[in-house]
Amino acid sequence: MAVITVREALRQSLHDVMQDERVFIIGEDIGYYGSTYGVTAGFLEQYGPERIRDSPIAEAGIVGLAVGAAMVGMRPIAEIMSVNFSLLAFDMLINHAAKLYSMFGGQFSCPMVLRTTNGWTQLSATHSQSFDVMFAYIPGLKVVAPATPYDMKGLLRAAVEDPDPVVFIEHTLMYTQKGEVPDESYVVPIGRSILNREGRHVTVVTYSRMVHLTNQAADILAKEGIEVEIVDLRTLRPLDMSVALESFKKTNRAVVVTEDWQSFGTSAEIAARLYEYGFDHLDAPIKRVNFKEVPMPYSKNLEMKTVITVDRIATAIRDVLK
Amino acid sequence: MAQTTEQNNHRSAADHAELDTDLGSDALIELYRQMVLIRRFEEKCQEMYTKAKIGGFLHLYIGEEATGVGAIAALRDGDHIFTHYRDHGHALARGLDPKPLMAELFGKETGSSKGLGGSMHFADASKHFWGGYAIVGSHLLLAIGVALGAKMQKNNQVVMVFFGDGATNGGEFYEALNFAQLWKLPVVFVCENNLYAMGTPLEIHSAVTEIYRKACAFDMTSERVDGNDVLVMRDVALRAVEHARSGQGPVLLEAMTYRFRGHSAQDTQKYRSKEDVETHRRADPIDAYRAKLLAAGVLTDAQANTIDNAVDDVVEEAVRFAEESPEPGERWILQHGVYAAPIEVDPPIHGE
Repeated sequence: MAVITVREALRQSLHDVMQDERVFIIGEDIGYYGSTYGVTAGFLEQYGPERIRDSPIAEAGIVGLAVGAAMVGMRPIAEIMSVNFSLLAFDMLINHAAKLYSMFGGQFSCPMVLRTTNGWTQLSATHSQSFDVMFAYIPGLKVVAPATPYDMKGLLRAAVEDPDPVVFIEHTLMYTQKGEVPDESYVVPIGRSILNREGRHVTVVTYSRMVHLTNQAADILAKEGIEVEIVDLRTLRPLDMSVALESFKKTNRAVVVTEDWQSFGTSAEIAARLYEYGFDHLDAPIKRVNFKEVPMPYSKNLEMKTVITVDRIATAIRDVLK
Repeated sequence: MAQTTEQNNHRSAADHAELDTDLGSDALIELYRQMVLIRRFEEKCQEMYTKAKIGGFLHLYIGEEATGVGAIAALRDGDHIFTHYRDHGHALARGLDPKPLMAELFGKETGSSKGLGGSMHFADASKHFWGGYAIVGSHLLLAIGVALGAKMQKNNQVVMVFFGDGATNGGEFYEALNFAQLWKLPVVFVCENNLYAMGTPLEIHSAVTEIYRKACAFDMTSERVDGNDVLVMRDVALRAVEHARSGQGPVLLEAMTYRFRGHSAQDTQKYRSKEDVETHRRADPIDAYRAKLLAAGVLTDAQANTIDNAVDDVVEEAVRFAEESPEPGERWILQHGVYAAPIEVDPPIHGE
């Protein structure tokens, strides 16, 4: 198997799904400009402007168009460059995409994908947020946030082929992340978590970029004799806790690492499920590692104290083992 | 139209030439029947609402019948319709069966949306009636999405989307107009200007009170039309639909109309005088059209009464159907119910 980046894995997957004539991509700067993160670079030249639709900067319109086109049999992929801009499209996503199937009694569905990115690098308060929980809160949406190139490729195809609206969350700091990826096209099913790393002493439940940071922490802790087991959720809604609970029953201790604010965030839901279904196996209170609960500061010094670091993850794991 | 003021020249010299229409008698009478059906259906809704058979919000189309009936008469079967929460009239004009519509209002399994949508969310995908939407202005973006789909599928279909004057101040309206004109999408925007955004008068909510002029910023063809005259409405809509179908891009129509009842069943209507309402009621679009058909000899009083009575029977039958229908099953309140492709997870949410 070839070792490729997340960016390349996504490109391969998009080329795969573009074989279906119903699929088209709509978003800001995806074609003419050459794609902000390079994922669709060259697509305009290959597939033409009908299917690679450079959009005005109008996020509600981008997602609304995708919803409407999906209703009549197209398979739109709407790209919102940064998840922060998706707030302008939340009405489309929540009041429409997520509602159509149920509200109209199952007459039609909304097979669209919203690709968007989390991430931060001195971009300050309005360009560094995560709204994973806001998507995952909504019945009717499916929400995936893969960590590896392998899962990126397989889950993106699954998302495009799914008859329901899927929010596909990427991360700006992960496009150069490498991993083994088969050349051929394949599907990773939505709604299946996976064991990312085996260990005996503590379970870390996480997803997306934090899988990699947790692995770095686990490498450090391994030298201290601590064996960390890592569960990668991959999908946030519907949330498959089976692997995490199985691991938790073995280790009896858990840390939840999610790159968002703690209060009412994704880690709150994950920890609640561990308590709800794993209470009898609990040897210590569950620890959570998250962003500091402030608007992201610009200064590098303060930013690094706000975001999650390998060190903070390692400290939380040591604490839960005390 | 503002930019294409040329009139259609295919008027027939039928025996009802004074009506200035290409429609034959049967089609003319059908428009009358549709308007009466909407009126009686809505009156029955009010009655059933008072009896607590219908819950939630109830927005009646009474007074605006000529707009929906005239505009929808300009569409072909494969064309698409989107509308707002005041959607009963458009559904009936599109030919949706009154029985599942009344059942929907009663919250029954046999409802057009299986009892999940209610008054504001009638839909029938088989008739390309994509639904009533209850977030003001937002469905315009879905409508242009369907238009984009139709354009990419090269199926020659047109989308007609209804909204009120109150929907033309929000961002979605401007995004929709820009996208539609930028990409020459086959869509006809029909603004039903009933002079009030819920309870706020036009001149208080909009900097420009001639809504059709808002299309100018996009170089979009637009026209203000008497939405209370069903034949005029149809004529103008026909031209707009053909403009869109021919690939020339979207059209914005501003149909001047008036809602006789409150915004919803709870509305006390403090924002307008009884005299104003009375003045408009005297120009009732159904009465006016009936008089016109009688004068033209298309319809006799006896025939009109027969139609009215038949419509009453249809509405009564719809109520009976709704009364006797079962309530929806609980599958819809399981996680599985909200997905076209449900995914089993472990443990299931809320112990399902």
